[in-house]
Amino acid sequence: MKAITPALTLIGRKANDAIIRLGAMVQFLLTIIRASAICLRRPSLLIREMYFIGVLSLVIILVSGLFVGMVLGLQMYTTLERFGSGEGVGMVVALSLVRELGPVLTAILFASRAGSAVTAEIGLMKATEQLNALEMMAIQPMARVVVPRFWAGVFSLPLLTAIFNVAGIFGGYLVAVNLIGVDQGAFWSQMQDAVDFRQDIVNGFIKSVAFSVVVMLISVFEGYSAVPTAEGVSRATTRTVVASAMAVLGLDFILTAFMFQGF
Amino acid sequence: MNRTLLDFWVGLFVALGVVAIVFLALRVANQSTLNQANTYVVTAYFHNIGGLKVRAPVKSAGVTIGRVTSIDLDGTTYQAKVLLVIDDVYHFSTDASAGIFTSGVLGEQYVNLETGGEDEMLKQGDTISFTSSALVLENLIGKIVTGMSASGAK
Repeated sequence: MKAITPALTLIGRKANDAIIRLGAMVQFLLTIIRASAICLRRPSLLIREMYFIGVLSLVIILVSGLFVGMVLGLQMYTTLERFGSGEGVGMVVALSLVRELGPVLTAILFASRAGSAVTAEIGLMKATEQLNALEMMAIQPMARVVVPRFWAGVFSLPLLTAIFNVAGIFGGYLVAVNLIGVDQGAFWSQMQDAVDFRQDIVNGFIKSVAFSVVVMLISVFEGYSAVPTAEGVSRATTRTVVASAMAVLGLDFILTAFMFQGF
Repeated sequence: MNRTLLDFWVGLFVALGVVAIVFLALRVANQSTLNQANTYVVTAYFHNIGGLKVRAPVKSAGVTIGRVTSIDLDGTTYQAKVLLVIDDVYHFSTDASAGIFTSGVLGEQYVNLETGGEDEMLKQGDTISFTSSALVLENLIGKIVTGMSASGAK
């Protein structure tokens, strides 16, 4: 009994800490939403952040999407060809991208490319007392620093996901039609036959919106609550990437279970 | 970085994203998610629907003209009640017949509609009276086996 008590206390403390952190995160989200009016009053702030978060992520999204689509095309073709239905490659590439790979991979890439940068930036502002300085000048750091970054990310990720999907389908098209020689009419018609607008495209879009809120909330929260030292900022950045990836994958399972029942 | 250039890049990014969404909607997805405004619903009762699923296509002469929207068991007649949503462009006579066919040997099942000779056309909410059930492979094999053993006994 004596040996078990400290172990149990440790587990309980970890669990309590996690729940308290989750609660703080939800409060943080409510504060962000309350302060969101600044995006309408000063859209230039939002546009500046959308440049850094969205536009500069375009290259990694386009290149990864293209290669994911090409690999899917190659792998799926060899498997489908064993059953004599190599033309179905367009359908498989489009369905797997639109339903799962597009939203999930884009969210994880986005968390590592943009989310970590946001955390590091806000964390460093805190470490160098810039946030306090803003407050001294009667500028709310929440509204001036956190809110534009949050909304810029939430707007950018669904757009990036759509771009990733298109790049992936184009990559699959390149491999299947130009490299392997699948008939291009069969490629498109099988794809259009299987992909449904409401079931697949809209559900994929809903997924990417949910992921964008989760990833950006984790990013700004970790930055804002980072320990204001060099070590603290580095830890917060790591935590952003790890927590975002786990949250996205976990949430994806839950959303898929609800969305694609019986299909 | 100057303001105009920043606006330009963000504008380009948003435009690219919107184009991607439109591409996915128009080129990748099918547009057969029928518009509620220009469709009509008819009911068909079957003794056995085999493996027919909701959202299966309704075809006539091989052309997809609608979808199956719901499948229920009628509590009094113990027949399967299948609701078919059909595009308003196509009209069938009131004595049209519906059958459940399979595309290919192991393909998906669909409802096949064939028009009859009446002049009056099916309207919203009508019932198709001539139906033929799905061919259930197990029953067919069962018949062949019993037929063979019966002829063997002679």
